[in-house]
Amino acid sequence: MSESLTCDVVVVGAGMTGAACALYAARAGLGVTVVDRGPVAGGTTGAGEGNLLVSDKAPGPELDLALLSHRLWAEVAQELGGAVEYEPKGGLVVAETPGALDALRRFAAGQRANGVTAAPVPADRLRDLEPRLRDGLAGGVHYPQDAQVMPALAAAHLLRASGARLLTGREVTGVLRGTDGAVRGVRTDRGDLHAPAVVNAAGPWGGELAARAGVSLPVLPRRGFVLVTEPLPPRIRHKVYAADYVTDVASDSAALRTSPVVEGTAAGPVLIGASRERVGFDRSVSLPAVRALAAGAIRMFPFLSGVRAVRTYAGFRPYLPDHLPAIGPDPRAPGLLHACGHEGAGIGLATGTGRLIARVLTGQAPELDLTPFRPDRFPPTSGEAER
Amino acid sequence: MRTDLAVIGAGPAGLAASLAASARGVRVALLDAEPEPGGQYYRRPAAGLRARRPRAPHGRWRTWTRLRDGLAASSVRRLADHHVWCVERRPDGLTVHALLGPEQEQPAEVHARAVLLATGGHEVVLPFPGWTLPGVVTAGGAQAMLKGGLVVPGRTAVVAGTGPLLLPVAAGLAAAGVSVAALVESADPRRLVRYAGPLVGKLPEGAGYAAGLLRHRVPFLARHTVVRAHGDERLTGVTVAALDAHGRLRPGTERHLPCDALAVGHGMLPHTDLAEGLGCRLDGPAVAVDGEQRTDVPGVWAAGEATGIGGAALALAEGHIAGRSAAARLRGTAPDPGAWAPAARARARLRASASALDAVYAPPGRWTDRVTDDTVVCRCEEVDAGAVRAAVAGLGAGDPRTVKLLTRAGMGWCQGRMCGPAVAALAGCAPTPSRRPFARPVPLGVLARPHADTAGPHPTDHPAGTGPSTDHPAGTGRPADRPTERGPS
Ligand SMILES: Cc1cc2nc3c(=O)[nH]c(=O)nc-3n(C[C@H](O)[C@H](O)[C@H](O)COP(=O)(O)OP(=O)(O)OC[C@H]3O[C@@H](n4cnc5c(N)ncnc54)[C@H](O)[C@@H]3O)c2cc1C
Ligand SMILES: Cc1cc2nc3c(=O)[nH]c(=O)nc-3n(C[C@H](O)[C@H](O)[C@H](O)COP(=O)(O)OP(=O)(O)OC[C@H]3O[C@@H](n4cnc5c(N)ncnc54)[C@H](O)[C@@H]3O)c2cc1C
Repeated sequence: MSESLTCDVVVVGAGMTGAACALYAARAGLGVTVVDRGPVAGGTTGAGEGNLLVSDKAPGPELDLALLSHRLWAEVAQELGGAVEYEPKGGLVVAETPGALDALRRFAAGQRANGVTAAPVPADRLRDLEPRLRDGLAGGVHYPQDAQVMPALAAAHLLRASGARLLTGREVTGVLRGTDGAVRGVRTDRGDLHAPAVVNAAGPWGGELAARAGVSLPVLPRRGFVLVTEPLPPRIRHKVYAADYVTDVASDSAALRTSPVVEGTAAGPVLIGASRERVGFDRSVSLPAVRALAAGAIRMFPFLSGVRAVRTYAGFRPYLPDHLPAIGPDPRAPGLLHACGHEGAGIGLATGTGRLIARVLTGQAPELDLTPFRPDRFPPTSGEAER
Repeated sequence: MRTDLAVIGAGPAGLAASLAASARGVRVALLDAEPEPGGQYYRRPAAGLRARRPRAPHGRWRTWTRLRDGLAASSVRRLADHHVWCVERRPDGLTVHALLGPEQEQPAEVHARAVLLATGGHEVVLPFPGWTLPGVVTAGGAQAMLKGGLVVPGRTAVVAGTGPLLLPVAAGLAAAGVSVAALVESADPRRLVRYAGPLVGKLPEGAGYAAGLLRHRVPFLARHTVVRAHGDERLTGVTVAALDAHGRLRPGTERHLPCDALAVGHGMLPHTDLAEGLGCRLDGPAVAVDGEQRTDVPGVWAAGEATGIGGAALALAEGHIAGRSAAARLRGTAPDPGAWAPAARARARLRASASALDAVYAPPGRWTDRVTDDTVVCRCEEVDAGAVRAAVAGLGAGDPRTVKLLTRAGMGWCQGRMCGPAVAALAGCAPTPSRRPFARPVPLGVLARPHADTAGPHPTDHPAGTGPSTDHPAGTGRPADRPTERGPS
């Protein structure tokens, strides 16, 4: 059963990034087809959390993208807010020691200079924001722009709102290129799809897809566990995490780092995440990782000690060596665009990414300078292992 | 504590394995969540309830006495009230993590060189309009009420669904003085005649139950189904109807049966949580094992209904083989399968009859058609069939996991153990075992507790003659056991 279809752009990947690319491309007037070998949100999008954060980003290109995305998420929420469980709940970053508080405040000052709203919270006011925090914290910073969505619902509803043609259960096995090297569409296990443009939104498998187009992109998986508790009445109001999280995100170490990131959800359970390890695509449960998550959460919220975890799950953040995503056209394969490698921020950064891709596709100037996100910024790899 | 073999589950499989292994000089710890051994089949009234000896087929009573007395005389360390939430692979063996007592708050750990998973199976109940009314219980639940607490679920009961377990449940209720208005079976047991060959070993017991039904004048409605359960506050009756060959309702056959209890069951599924947490390969819904009942994870055996639904006699045979194999392997010798040939023959015969029963008893073809949109499918999260259908039709969900993500069906307390098969069927796909790393909800405080004591080996703990084996080492490290690994960055 082979069929040949034609459209303006094929988006590979029906995760959060692919869904946002489809939405903005379709709204820019393009005919879009989204292909995924699994179901909607079957990749990392269905295995992570849905924090839309500006608080954890240092000034630079990622923060600029986060701020653009933040504005666009607020627009999307006007249209789909309830369906995607959008909650502009704000973040609270706490410091356990005076030293950590100093560092956090300096970090926040830099963010403020770049458009982030960040309000210092003295130790004795922390409980006004989060009544159940433990005693003895040094202080914190409140980030009202931080928000939250339910990622799988967000991907599914953005896709539906886009009106794009959705082909699930179909694997892209190759990217078709003409004699001039230009992209002509994709080959799937069920026929070819013809289009002058292809967007690689394949998440942690973005490197594999790039290879199928004949270019290299060193996307690697970074495992994370999330703990889910039994449903509770609302007790944790913000997304709360300890200041050492920020250094973890930028860490180049492969070692397990866990920082207590605790948040309530609209549905009741508290989510505790997330560990970071580079162990390839290994899904088996690591008790040391989930133990560290539990301990970290209790350190901030002692009442959690008696609350039960009903489940834990793992996902694989797609990351690139310099911790920035690849967004934009690939000069090595005209017509191929990349939108992958968002690591632990792909939900938050999805709307901005989708908008930038749509701008490029329609020949308009993107809102942000794409140079830091260039997909060909890495030295060519000699078939390095991507476990 | 430390032991050679930790057996999880004290049903027929776990009991047979524990006795076989300890008789061969292996230290065995037998863990079960229940206060008393016996599992589903030999469930006894709690010690405090002065019960008369329950009615049971004679052979069953004799086997139970033998197991019980054997256990009392053995050196098996019995660990009752131990709810196992996870089995962890460690470089020096396996650690069984449990929570104690009915509260399940205090932790306990057993370090073992080998583990046998004998966790049995759980019932499947498929939804239909009205199934969440008080008064509707599972067939197994009704059975457990009878066997364990000697209470009855109501005065007038209907037993409905499909599968060979409905017969003993109806007979048991009738014997306990409940008026059983009907046994409603959606399959056609006459088809069993076609499979009579492999079923020879099965029939006497079935015939006994059938005689019980006759004696108590229980109407048997084959190829019938419960269309709806009625009642406002609680159950007052059910509508039943006949099914045609395609599983559709035959028009004009509906009738109302007043009742205050409805026991429903649609078969059983193996418990695979612990096995999956360990990374054991599954074969369909069951833990995959070899001829010695070994899983593909070194040091881990499985027996009984965890490896496929097939009744108590099969569980006994598999448990016996697993116990002997583990005993030999733990001593560092290769077992001689000839030594358990009778058990292996019984296993082969009983597996054949189990697959014959499977072929006959299956939910009717079109059952999902009768699940109205407002019927709750996932009780924990109160997700109705309409929401599941909308996720499939409107949002691109094509598999149970995506339906779960988009509707929350299966995300609640029971983690989809109850609604999994129904959600999959409503989504139009085969049920996939969903990963549940915690077999029981575990307090964060227990998770967070440091576990330094589990590190090095305690050589003094090893009795003579059970030194570490070399051909089948337990829990050898694989990548997942290493807490960290350097990426190529
Ligand atoms: C534990 C954890 C917690 C996280 N928490 C957050 C958070 O709080 N906030 C946040 O913003 N981000 C978070 N993330 C990160 C976020 O989940 C990811 O960055 C994001 O989901 C990436 O989305 P994506 O669409 O790019 O990739 P994916 O969701 O992985 O989608 C890629 C899709 O491409 C498909 N695909 C791949 N190859 C092919 C092919 N050859 N043919 C067809 N289809 C193909 C896959 O099937 C998949 O569906 C977290 C991640 C983890 C693991
Ligand atoms: C209603 C009903 C009627 C039946 N009637 C018959 C019949 O007439 N004839 C027949 O042959 N068979 C019958 N069976 C089937 C029979 O009960 C099973 O075949 C048999 O019990 C399977 O034995 P097992 O050892 O594999 O598991 P089980 O007997 O189910 O024992 C498993 C044990 O493991 C324990 N366990 C599970 N998970 C954990 C955990 N995480 N931590 C600690 N402990 C755990 C459980 O508490 C249980 O005691 C019936 C079953 C039911 C439900």
